[in-house]
Amino acid sequence: MIRTPLRPLAPVLKARADGQNPDLIERENRRLRAEAARDQARTRAEGRLVVLALIFVCAFVVLGARMGLLATTEPVAVSRGLPEDISSARADIVDRNGRVLATNLATHALYAETRRMVDPEGAARELARIFPDIDAARMAARFTDPNRRFIWIRTRLSPEQQQQVHDIGEPGLMFGPREMRVYPNGRMAAHVLGGARFGQQGVRAAELIGVAGTELYFDEDLRDPARQDQPLELSLDLTVQAVVTEVLEGGKQMLNARGATAVLMDVHTGEVISLVSLPDFDPNHRPPPPTEGEPADSPLFNRAVQGYYELGSVMKTLAVAQALDEGVVTPDEKIDTRGPLSWGRFRIRDFRDYGPELSVTDVMVRSSNIGTARIMQRIGAEGQQDFLRKLGLLDSMPLEVAEAARARPLLPDRWSDLSVMTISYGHGMSTSPLALASAYATMVNGGRRVTPTLLKQHSIPGGEQVISARTSEQIRLMLHQVVQEGTASFARIPGYPLGGKTGSADKPNPRGGGYMKEAVLATFASVFPSHEPRYALIVTLDEPVDTTGPEPRRTAGWTAVPVSAEITRRVAPLLGLRPTRLRDATAAFAQGH
Amino acid sequence: MKGLLYLLTALGVIGLAAWAYRENHLTQQAMNERRALEREIAELQLAISIQRTEWAYLNRPDRLRDLVEVNFERLRLVPVTGAHFGEIGVIAYPMPEIRTEPGETIETFGQIEQLFGTRDVTEDTP
Repeated sequence: MIRTPLRPLAPVLKARADGQNPDLIERENRRLRAEAARDQARTRAEGRLVVLALIFVCAFVVLGARMGLLATTEPVAVSRGLPEDISSARADIVDRNGRVLATNLATHALYAETRRMVDPEGAARELARIFPDIDAARMAARFTDPNRRFIWIRTRLSPEQQQQVHDIGEPGLMFGPREMRVYPNGRMAAHVLGGARFGQQGVRAAELIGVAGTELYFDEDLRDPARQDQPLELSLDLTVQAVVTEVLEGGKQMLNARGATAVLMDVHTGEVISLVSLPDFDPNHRPPPPTEGEPADSPLFNRAVQGYYELGSVMKTLAVAQALDEGVVTPDEKIDTRGPLSWGRFRIRDFRDYGPELSVTDVMVRSSNIGTARIMQRIGAEGQQDFLRKLGLLDSMPLEVAEAARARPLLPDRWSDLSVMTISYGHGMSTSPLALASAYATMVNGGRRVTPTLLKQHSIPGGEQVISARTSEQIRLMLHQVVQEGTASFARIPGYPLGGKTGSADKPNPRGGGYMKEAVLATFASVFPSHEPRYALIVTLDEPVDTTGPEPRRTAGWTAVPVSAEITRRVAPLLGLRPTRLRDATAAFAQGH
Repeated sequence: MKGLLYLLTALGVIGLAAWAYRENHLTQQAMNERRALEREIAELQLAISIQRTEWAYLNRPDRLRDLVEVNFERLRLVPVTGAHFGEIGVIAYPMPEIRTEPGETIETFGQIEQLFGTRDVTEDTP
C-alpha cells in the first residue's frame, strides 16, 4: 500500500509560493487518514457483531429445536427393565369383549454356572428330588464336566419350584427372568390361538415365538415393541365359544363321531364368532405334530379351516341360488326328478323316490340330487365355475390363522358335464366348513360377498354383489322351509326360527376307489333368525352314528341337525337375539314377497 | 462507577454459578426419582399382568361351569335360553302405595275445620 505523505512536496511548495500556511495541508491529510482508519475499524466491529449474532441465533435455534422436540415426543413407555437385544415382549390376545385369551406371565428359568457351584453332587441330588424327571447321576456328571461352564436346567419354574430350588442354597444355581405365554382358558379356541414357544434364549430374557394359528399369523405384530399395550382384538366371543365347544363335545360323544367342527359367523361382517374343531388340545402344552397315522386325525388339525371335505347336499343351496339368480328357473317351476339319472356309466340317485317331478323349492326341501343336477345342467361348467370362484370356493379361503393359506380345495381335473352335476349336490369338489359358512353368509345377507375374518370389525365391509337381494330373499325362504317341512325337522326350536340345509356325504374311501357306505360326513348349514339372518352356523360331524333307534342312523337330519339346533338354542340368547314367534317369521316372509 | 459495575458483574457470575450448581443437583435428583418410579411402575405392571392372568384363569369358562354345577343347590343357575326373555307388557305396573294414615290425607286438603266449618266433635259422642 502506498501511503500518502503527510507533507507532499509539490502542494507544500505551491502553498509556500502562494504565501499560505503549508501546515494546513498536513492537518488536512491527517484528518483524511484518521477518517479512513475509523471507517476500517467500524466495518471490522460490525462484522464481529454479525458473527456474534449468528452464533447466538444458532445457539437459540438449537435450544429451541431441542425444546420443541422434547415437547412433541410421546412419553416413552416404561419397559420392564429388560435388555434390548432379546425382547420377550408379546402383546395380549383378547376376545371381542376384551376377555383375555392369551397373555404373558413372568416366571423364571433355571440355569447353572458350574464354576460357582460348591457341591455339584448334592445340588444334582436335590434337583432330582424336586424334578422327578431329572436323573441325579447324569445331572451330577454334567455339573462336574470341566468343559461345561453353563447349563440350562429348566425353561420355566413354578413359584413353588423356584422356592424349593432356592432352598437348596447352591450359589451356582441361578434364575433368569422369563415371560411365558399363558392361555388361561385352556383348550378353549385352541385351534384359533395355536400356541407359542421360546425362541432365542438369553440369561435375562427369551423370545416368545408363535408356532401356529393367530399367534403365528400375527407373530410380527404381536412382537412389535411399539404395540405392546394394544392387545390383538379377535372377533371370537369367549362365552359363545365355550357353549359351542360344550354342546359339540357332548354331541360328538353321544353320536360316537371321530371328529366334529362348528363355525359361527356374522353374516354381514364375516366375523367368526366361534370356531371349534374337535378333538382339540391345550395350547399351554401343545402336543408335538403327529409322526404316524392320518394327520387329519391329529388334535392339531383344524377341521374347520384345513379340513376340505366333500360336504354333500349343503352345496345344493349354492346351485339353486345361482339358477334363481341367473333366471334359469323360478322357485315354483317343476323339475323332472325321475331317476335314476344316467350319464354314461354313472347313475345319479335320490335318497328315496320323490315322484316324477318336484318344484325347485321342493328340490331343496326334499334334497333331490336328480333335481339339482338337472337344474345345474342348464347352467353348464363355465357358469358354475364362475359362480363358485366369485364365492371364493375354488381357492383357499383366507383367514387370519397360519394354517389357512396352506389348505386348498380339491377340484376335478377336468370340469366335465358329469362334474357339473355331481358338484351341484356336493360331490367331486371339496369345501371347508369355514368356506361353506362364508358362502352361506353371502347367500342370506342380501347377496354381498363375505370374507371371513378373525379380527373384530367396526363396520360392515362392502363386498361384491354375488347374487341379487331378491334371490337372497328366495333362498332364505327355501332354507326356512327345509327346516319347517323338510329334512331338518329337528332344527325347529321354540323362539328361534332357523333356516338351513342338511348334507350327508359318504366319505371317499382312503384306499382309493369309490365311497364308503358306513362312513358319513354329516353337515348342517344353518342361518338364524331365518327371516332376517344375523348368523350362519356350520356344524360338521365326522362319522356320527345315532344308535337310539332300532337301526343306526347316519344322515345329517339325525346327527348334525340336533347338535346344531342345541347350539343355536343355547347361543342365540347369548348373542343378544330376542326370541321371535314362528308366525312372525312366516309373516315377515309373506311380506317380503 | 466502573468499580461498581465490575463488582455487580462478579456477583452476577457467582450467583449464576451457584444457580447452575443447584440446578445440576436438582436434575440428578429428578432423574434418580424417575428411575425409582420407573422401577415401581414396572413392578406394578408386572403385578397387574399377573392379576389379570389370574383373573382370566379363575374366570375360565370350564371353571365357572364346574362352579355352577357344584353350587346348583344354592344358586340354581341354568343356561340362558329364549324362554328367559320377557315382554314389557307382561311386567305388572307398580301398584300405587296405599296410605293408611288419615292424618296425611287431611293435611293435603288443609284444616278440616276450614273445609266443613267448625264442628263440635263432642256433639256426636254420647
